[in-house]
Amino acid sequence: MSIILRDDASAHPPDSAPTPRSSRGRLVLRRFRRNRLALFGVLIIVLLYAAAFTYTWYWPWSYQVSDPNAYLSPPVAAHVFGTDKDGFDMYAEVMRGLQKSLTIGLLVAVLSTGTAALVGSVAGYFRGISDRALMWLVDLLLTLPNFLIIAVLSPAFRGRTWLLFVLLLAAFSWMITARIVRGMTLSLKEQDFVRAARLMGVPPLRVITRHILPQMSSLLIADATINVGSAILTETSLSYFGFGVQPPDVSLGTLIAAGTTSAVTFPWLFFIPGGLLVLTVLAVNLAGDGLRDALDPNSGRGRRRQLRAFRKTLRA
Amino acid sequence: MTGSGRVTAQARERDVDSGPLLSVRDLHVTFPSEAGPVRAVRGVDWELRPGEVLGIVGESGSGKSVSSLAIMGLLPDRAHVSGSIRLRDRELIGLSDREMSAIRGRRIAIVFQDPMSALTPVYTVGDQVAEAVRAHDRRIGRAGAARRAVELLDLVGIPNPAAAARAFPHEFSGGMRQRVVIAIAIASDPDLIIADEPTTALDVTVQAQVLDVLATAREVTGAGIVLITHDLGVVAGFADRLLVMYAGRVVESGDVDTVYHRPRMPYTLGLLGAIPRVGERGRPLVPITGRPPSLVDLPPGCPFAPRCPVAIDACRTEEPPLSPVPGDGHDAACIRVAELVPAGSTESTVDLAARIYHHDTEPVAAPAPARHRRREAVLEVVDLVKHYPVTKGAIFRRTVGTVHAVDGISFDIAEHETLGLVGESGCGKTTTLMQILELAPPQAGRVRLFGQNVATANKADRRRLRRDIQVVFQDPVASLDPRMPISDIIAEPLRLYGMPADRARARVAELLRLVDMSPEHASRYPAEFSGGQRQRVGIARALALEPKLVVLDEPVSALDVSVQAGVLNLLADLRARLGLSYLFVSHDLSVIQHVADRVAVMYLGRIVEIGPADEVLTAPGHPYTRALLSAVPIPDPVVERRRERIVLVGDRPDPTNPPAGCRFHTRCFVFAGLDERGRKPCLEIDPALTPRAAADHRIACHYPQVRGAD
Repeated sequence: MSIILRDDASAHPPDSAPTPRSSRGRLVLRRFRRNRLALFGVLIIVLLYAAAFTYTWYWPWSYQVSDPNAYLSPPVAAHVFGTDKDGFDMYAEVMRGLQKSLTIGLLVAVLSTGTAALVGSVAGYFRGISDRALMWLVDLLLTLPNFLIIAVLSPAFRGRTWLLFVLLLAAFSWMITARIVRGMTLSLKEQDFVRAARLMGVPPLRVITRHILPQMSSLLIADATINVGSAILTETSLSYFGFGVQPPDVSLGTLIAAGTTSAVTFPWLFFIPGGLLVLTVLAVNLAGDGLRDALDPNSGRGRRRQLRAFRKTLRA
Repeated sequence: MTGSGRVTAQARERDVDSGPLLSVRDLHVTFPSEAGPVRAVRGVDWELRPGEVLGIVGESGSGKSVSSLAIMGLLPDRAHVSGSIRLRDRELIGLSDREMSAIRGRRIAIVFQDPMSALTPVYTVGDQVAEAVRAHDRRIGRAGAARRAVELLDLVGIPNPAAAARAFPHEFSGGMRQRVVIAIAIASDPDLIIADEPTTALDVTVQAQVLDVLATAREVTGAGIVLITHDLGVVAGFADRLLVMYAGRVVESGDVDTVYHRPRMPYTLGLLGAIPRVGERGRPLVPITGRPPSLVDLPPGCPFAPRCPVAIDACRTEEPPLSPVPGDGHDAACIRVAELVPAGSTESTVDLAARIYHHDTEPVAAPAPARHRRREAVLEVVDLVKHYPVTKGAIFRRTVGTVHAVDGISFDIAEHETLGLVGESGCGKTTTLMQILELAPPQAGRVRLFGQNVATANKADRRRLRRDIQVVFQDPVASLDPRMPISDIIAEPLRLYGMPADRARARVAELLRLVDMSPEHASRYPAEFSGGQRQRVGIARALALEPKLVVLDEPVSALDVSVQAGVLNLLADLRARLGLSYLFVSHDLSVIQHVADRVAVMYLGRIVEIGPADEVLTAPGHPYTRALLSAVPIPDPVVERRRERIVLVGDRPDPTNPPAGCRFHTRCFVFAGLDERGRKPCLEIDPALTPRAAADHRIACHYPQVRGAD
């Protein structure tokens, strides 16, 4: 993407310079839009969302109505994804599951990575008492068995909205990343460009968001991508405690869990929800990679160097 | 190449019966890269006789280090090396790694730039020297090798060598480590010593010491030395012959005096013209514009042509070979040699450089240096103190000592004035700067900025003060956020002080033009610029808010000489145009004297001498200033060889425990020459800064040198 950017710049003859509008946000957006794969990833996520939330409009079956004529039917014209042992249409089930799982996955990823970034960088940047307090909290959460806490808390959550899931899942998945972020902040803080911003009088939180966090965008994006997949799967084990997604309601996680046992005998029960999970994570991954490349001016260096050499020969 | 250098007696003796020690013929080194083959070295020929010192000079990327790595056989496997390198009668190219290792241990010794990474941190220094001794001579035995190691450490001037042998590398200073590396080099009694930027990482006073030790090494072993450096000053007094490399080729070579006094290749001329010289204040330096070419797909013709002020069409068709300059004992690769300099011309190198580069060397009209006292002070520092506690223990911290980083310093800067702050690393320069820039109340003493005491300033005052004091950092790579386009970097202070986006954009373009960069580059990231350009971006950012005082922390020490000249000229020009004041910190006196109106010399947290630059640098009173000045390398081999160097003994004392009395007495040569009664005040009384004849020149010494006497 940067290649084309540079071409833009060099296309102007020197000193006729119209000043380009070129803030970082604009550049990142432009670079992101040039990345076909990343756009493809975004498109898949949007399509999945659209398909999941509108399936009642175009699909004859509902996830609550079973077809007495088709138990464990493999994919056929009437049931393109087949049916399960109770005759429920798998397409309807999967779409219903996606509605929850997509939101859970994306929200948990954003929340937990965001918390990690915020806590880690604040602890590392300010040091002192806030560092000690936050790291004490991190260590505490890391040592306590998550599921025990959730089990103890579950009566309080019973019957409440499944969105509480999201908060719970996020609350237990940010700690390790926060520690990494803190470590990176400690070293970044000593860099001259951070010092320059500080001496200029840039307020601390702005230093963190403008200068420190962008340097670790690769880490944060990778972390968020991984969190999407793991949140969708972890959600099943939380459902076991009896709150959130409960039968007859379904999520992608519960469908995969239910299908695992029949993966060999009735493969569509497992591989279709599993495949959708993979597709979701893959799409997020593509979009994440694109965002990372757009944020990182050093990515795709080889190609750029090639171009620079080429242009030099042209100029000479 | 038949330069006849200054050769030691010993070497000349050997020379009679043997040919060249090392001969490099048609050496090519090519690295594969994604962009195509990088031709780092493209046909280099030279030879080195026993006992001779050959200096190889060039900017970063000129191929000087790659060619030396090729000699040592240390290039990565993917590098393609062709040509011939013969050590005496042994061909080195094509030897296996194992065979090469044997040669490296016994016949070739290497001194690298970074002495820390050249020594193993987990073995004692003595063990490492002894290992080299044993590698050379197995029969000597462990005890013998250990004894020899101590002798060698003594030879390279390490005080108390028996104790030092039991110390680990991290307990040594940089200069001491480099001495150990040289001791290891001597231990194997090599025929050839390759020193790759051996003094670059060291302080100027230590540089001189290390070069002396290298000279000792040559005397002891009779080895030939290849000294690779980017600093034309360093090689002037030490090398016999000089090669100037550019874009992977030798562009000028010859006897060191000839190359310095009668350079003929425009590139060499540019390099020599770009060096700030002591005693030539205010003369604009001659910068070489542009940047070295990419070594992938070099265009035909002279690789220097795009940057050359006298290039003609013929230069762009064929690359000129290195050929003898008529009537002159050296070679240059330029087709216009004869035209540029009439035969028998006696024009000085600097004048010639200025003429060829069409550069005006008339001093810039500095803002009238009116009496310092009469003008308003933009910065006033009085008795500033900064001590750091040294703590131990992870859970229960206890203070075990205090670093006296800054220990009561006072100075001021008037409007439109440049104060140069000089000192070795660790003297407290940077701490002083940070203390001023933080705008925090000092531990003791007072800092007044633009008449406002920072200790009593409230939040609004501070914000106002921050606008008026800006900073340019040393490392142009680290000081710009790599993830921001430079337009955002420069606009940051503007936006911070509430300028709307469209006005900020116009101002960014204006600022880029001010620092001689093209506004069309505003949307590029820092990584796409060269070091000099990045430093210009840093300067543009500092100037964005139209400050009154700019703090420059070693702004050119990370740049190549030719680029450094351009940045220094820019700074001088901006000061004249915008009426700025500078606080210019540097360890390099030749740079300081080039830019500063007044100079303050720091040693161990104190200012030992302060005064007008002309006074301090021509008639230094404090022995430390004299030592610093005498350590500055002069890019003139004749002067450099003749002059008496004051070499300071030892290293700077530990700042947690500064010496009693005068802090400098442990290294002072004046003190060393005194009798017991004379020494008493130095040992007991801490000298205060006292004015000398010229009102504004103050020195903290019990025995300052009197003007004129020497």
